[in-house]
Amino acid sequence: MIALIGLLVGVAAGFLLEPTVPVWLQPYLPIAVVAALDALFGGFRAVLDGIFDDRVFTVSFLSNVVVAALIVYLGDQLGVGSQLSTGVVVVLGIRIFSNAAAIRRHLLGA
Amino acid sequence: MSTSVDNSGGTPAGASVAEPPRGVAGTAAARRRLRHTLRPRASRGQLLAGLLCAVLGFALVTQVRQTQQEGIASLRQSDLVRILTGLNDQSSRLESEARGLESTRQQLTSGSDTAQAAEAAARERLDVLGVLTGTSAAQGPGIDLVIQDPNQAVTAAVLLDTLQELRDAGAEAIQLGDVRVVASSHVVDGKSGIEVDGTPLQAPYRLRAIGDPQTMAAALDIPGGVMEVLRQAGATGTVSRPAEVTIDALTSLPNPRYASPAPEKSP
Repeated sequence: MIALIGLLVGVAAGFLLEPTVPVWLQPYLPIAVVAALDALFGGFRAVLDGIFDDRVFTVSFLSNVVVAALIVYLGDQLGVGSQLSTGVVVVLGIRIFSNAAAIRRHLLGA
Repeated sequence: MSTSVDNSGGTPAGASVAEPPRGVAGTAAARRRLRHTLRPRASRGQLLAGLLCAVLGFALVTQVRQTQQEGIASLRQSDLVRILTGLNDQSSRLESEARGLESTRQQLTSGSDTAQAAEAAARERLDVLGVLTGTSAAQGPGIDLVIQDPNQAVTAAVLLDTLQELRDAGAEAIQLGDVRVVASSHVVDGKSGIEVDGTPLQAPYRLRAIGDPQTMAAALDIPGGVMEVLRQAGATGTVSRPAEVTIDALTSLPNPRYASPAPEKSP
């Protein structure tokens, strides 16, 4: 519940404050957001599985974001930034899909 | 939970394998767990998760806004290079297209200029030829000669001499009575008098000629000239020089049936 409220608060804050993304963060924020979304879906699935744990969620959330940003940074340094970003997004997308499928089975039984 | 994240990430198929045993009971249990979780509990972990979710929402909205409003400022160097190359290609393509259109336009304008000049020249020529061939009316300085002939002594030959004299004096357009005198005109003595191009003339004969009035009058007046011949025949010629002589009699030209203009020889 608090997580849901937090999400809404964050969205509202984003709309109200209209922040500008600093230049150094611009390449990494999209990937970080996708990684965080992946963690969010994973956490939701864990809730339905009955194995949700705050600590694990926090760590996985942060590590997902950091690792995703790190991969993009590494890709940029290697000159394959855009390709690696695409790869990360694909992997995360697959995970989000599989988590969403599990959530669907839990809630809808199908 | 994150265990579940990591596991499911590693084995997407694992979820579907674990699925079949669950049925309606499994769904009910999941919904019960969801309700249970949704109940707010102010534990430290819950607060932390809420904070992370807030950060996520914030970042999500920020990124979306950024994406909507960002131009090329946030693109990578390679993307920028690609865009620049594309723009260069497009620019050179458009430039060559512009050059082509420019030259086409030049051709068209110069072509129309040439056509206009040719049309003006043709029009001028048409006017000149119209006056010379008698197909258009003419006006200008000239003389008006009236020949009184009480004794019926004036013959076609005298009138023809008069016409030739006027032509020699530079008359550009001549009208005799109601008949325009042109290159093919003929003057004959008919049964009922003098005929010009088949039209009978009645005395007094009136000749109008456009040209230099001074020259033409002098040409008629020379010793042994037209005026003297008329006087000897008992007729009188009166020359007047109106400021403007109008010649409005027209001839119609037959279209040549056999002759056609020969192509001009190019130099």
